[in-house]
Order: sequence, then structure tokens, then C-alpha cells
Amino acid sequence: MYHALADAIRDAEASGKTLAQVALEAESRDQGRPVAEIRDALGRALVIMRGAVSRGLTGDLYSASGLVGGDAAKLRTGPAGPMSGTPFRDVLARALAVQEVNAAMGVIVAAPTAGGAGVLPAVLTGLADARGLGDDAVIDALATAGLIGAVVAQRASLSGAEGGCQAETGAAAGMAAGAGTEMLGGSPSQAGHAVALAQQGTLGLVCDPLGGLVELPCVFRNATGAAIAMAAIEMALAGITFAIPADEVIDTMGEIGRSMDVRYRETAGGGLAATPTGRRLARERLFQIKRSGG
Amino acid sequence: MVSLLDIIGPVMVGPSSSHTAGACRLGLLARCLVGGTPERARVELHGSFARTGEGHGTDKAIVGGLMGFRPDDERIRDALGIAEREALDYRFEKTTLGEENEVHPNTVRITVERGDRSAVMVGSSLGAGRVLVTEIDGYPVEVTGSYHTIVLVAEDIPGSVARIATILSEDGINIATLRLTRKGRGGDAFMVIEVDEQPDEKVRADIRTLPWVRWAFRLDKVSA
Repeated sequence: MYHALADAIRDAEASGKTLAQVALEAESRDQGRPVAEIRDALGRALVIMRGAVSRGLTGDLYSASGLVGGDAAKLRTGPAGPMSGTPFRDVLARALAVQEVNAAMGVIVAAPTAGGAGVLPAVLTGLADARGLGDDAVIDALATAGLIGAVVAQRASLSGAEGGCQAETGAAAGMAAGAGTEMLGGSPSQAGHAVALAQQGTLGLVCDPLGGLVELPCVFRNATGAAIAMAAIEMALAGITFAIPADEVIDTMGEIGRSMDVRYRETAGGGLAATPTGRRLARERLFQIKRSGG
Repeated sequence: MVSLLDIIGPVMVGPSSSHTAGACRLGLLARCLVGGTPERARVELHGSFARTGEGHGTDKAIVGGLMGFRPDDERIRDALGIAEREALDYRFEKTTLGEENEVHPNTVRITVERGDRSAVMVGSSLGAGRVLVTEIDGYPVEVTGSYHTIVLVAEDIPGSVARIATILSEDGINIATLRLTRKGRGGDAFMVIEVDEQPDEKVRADIRTLPWVRWAFRLDKVSA
């Protein structure tokens, strides 16, 4: 798989292909599998993603600790806000939905990780449904997202324990932004700018879950991650470019992650987890889980 | 090599690829060591597994794995109740398996018994659902679960590798990798053999009955 997004963008633009096409061709060469078989596997992932979106929107799911749950449905049934009736509000609902399913031990696709699993399905299925795009378009977008994620994995990290939340929901936002931009008709280089625009907005984001659980703030980080991806797509499609290339922004994320204090890398030693309320909630809820046998 | 399908996947029961999906795979591997669902299991959790495992369903995932549930099996949520009905007698303990900088934070030691078979396995969940078994019955190993694997300890005699390769080829099993280590000339020889096809119990039994083989285990492929 490509190590630099710039190489994939160059190959795609030189041959008049999409990033999805060059990603599928590279994967086919690497793994010795036909493109159709890889698309089938991505199609199966999409079925699981859509299932998690639907399940989460029903609103009756709660995590073992009870810290999170029931919020996705509020964006469906709750009072209106400035984004009501737009795809934006629906995308936020879907991001919360998938992550609430994850916290309640439901089935999700870890893309790129379980903790950041809400962003990609929210943005891609939300936009596809709003525009009436079929599953083939979303499967192509998943290939583009996989390419971006693979570049992040090789140049930086996709693990909150290694690089903070910028490596999980931040990377997911970059993947969703590039893939969503291409799915809505953006060029490969516009998709690259969308990746840079999304990833720059999450630089430095710490991983600080209460009690070390993938619940709070993780569920909401997926919604705000999706919001950043949507903003990046909007800007990139309008022709806005970001002066620092995506690969260098990704390298920056890796560099920040490596110098991030261990308290901010999934250990619950700092950030929101270390606030007085965060500590109290974690203590109470962990005790409750233990008493109820999970 | 990074694959698209590693990034868009795996499909799994939440909430954590390391604490849930990886934990389930370690349970699946421990199950293989006794050839099925154990009757008794002692699970000793180390580090982050011990600290935040309950909130991540690590206990349910390991017990689910011991019963043969894969990481995407929704029965994991109810695994502890199912284990009681299936008469799997499990016990969880928190422990320290070594210094913080020497042992991976997500490590577990699982002792399993089934009929006349028993085994002790130490393994770690490395992140993104990837696992590594580092010890079986006190012997250091490296088993990732990305292949079907045969692990054996034998006397260091000439022709041992050829004899085992013959047994595998007779059953149509292709060797992907083979690592041979020994403590010294004439000491115990230790083999980790990754193979493309799933070996059946007969292959393990054939290897086990060679007079110079001390023990042999068969571990299934549990990762993509």
C-alpha cells in the first residue's frame, strides 16, 4: 500500500483514476487478490456499519457503566437546532449511534479502531443517503478511506495508547474527509486537501477516557470528529486548499503523539479522566460494573 | 504490509479492539491447547487488563473465546452466563506477571483443563485486535494466531525437522514458516510451525506419538 498520499494522488491524476481505484489496484497487487474480492469484503463491512447505525439510532442502548447511551436518538427526536433538517445533524446522530453500539458491546467495524469507529460510517452513509448515492459509491469511498488510514498507520499511528485521540478519531476524521470529498465528486488532490484540513483540526487531541473505558468522551469525540470531517469536505469541495500537504500534517500528528505525555495516551491519568468529576464517576461506575458482574 | 482490510476492520463486538477483540482471540488460542471448551479455567489478568478489563468486557471476551466464540459473536455479551450453563468453571484473578517495562500492559495468563489435558498460556493483546502468545507451559514462544500453528518441544536429534515435515506433507499441509530454536546442542529443540491449512487432531496425535517429541500443541488461526 502507498506510504505517501502524494504518490497515490499523483498516480490517480496521471491516469485519470480516482483514489479509490488506485487504492484497490495497490491492495490487489499487495495481497494477490482480485479487486472484486476486496470490494466484496468492503461491502460486507458496509453492511455491518449500516447495521450499527440503525441499531444505535433506536436509542435504548447503554454501556455497562451507564456513563453513555441514549444520546443518538435525541438528535432524531429532540428539539431543533441550527443544523436541523441538514445532513450535518444526521451525520452527528449516526456517529453517536455507532459509538453507543460499540460501548454497549454491539457489533461494529473497527475503522480504523473501535474507539473511532463512529466517524467513517456516519459521514459516508449519512452523505450517501442524503445525496441518493448507492452502495457502490460508499464501497469506493471505504477503499479511499482505507488508503488514507494505511498512510497514517505507516507514517504516524492509529493507536490512542501511542498517539492520543488525534490518532483515533483524528485519523478517522481525515479518512472520512478525504473519502467523503471524493465520493461527492472531488478530485484526488481535493481529497488530499480535505485530509489535511481535517487532520490539522485534530492535532494535539489527547486520549483521556474516564476510567480507561471507551465511553466518555469517546462517544462524543466521534461526533465532533465527524463534524470536523464535514467541515473539511465543505471547504475542500469549495476549492479551498491547505498549504501544508496531507503527508506532512500526518507526520506532524505522529511527531506530536510521540512527545505526548503518557497521561494523555489512554491511561486515564490526565485530561478529562483526571478531573474531580471524571475521577468520581470512574470510581462509582467501575464499582457498579464489578458489583453487577458486568 | 498494511492492508486496506486491516484498516477497514475487523468486524467485532465493542468496545475495545485490544481489551475485547484481542482478549477473545487469546481465549480462542487457550481453548486450542486442550482441544475444546475447557472444564476449568483460571484467568490471571495483568496491567491494564486487570485495571480496566471489567469495563471493557475483557472477562466476557476471554470466557467467550474459551467457548469458541469469535470476536464478532454477539453472544460474548452474555458469555459469563452461558459459561455457567455450559459447565465451564472459570476463575478470574488480578496479578503482576513482571515489571511494567518488561511485560506488555495487556497480558493474561490462562490455565485450562479439559479431561486429561491441561496447559498454561501467557499472551498479550497488542492493539487493533492483534495478539501474541509468548509462553506455553513455561516455554517461550511467539504465536500470533495469523496462521494455523503447531508448537512442539522435542529432543535435539538429527532428522527431526524432516520427520515432522513428512507428517505434515502426508496430510496435504503446506508449511508457511518454521522456526527452530534449541537451548544448546543436544538440549530441547523447540519448533513453531505456521501452516496454510488447518491441521486436524490426528496430525497433532501423530506428532505427539513420536518417541522424541515431549509435547505438541495445535493452535488455530484466530486473526485475519
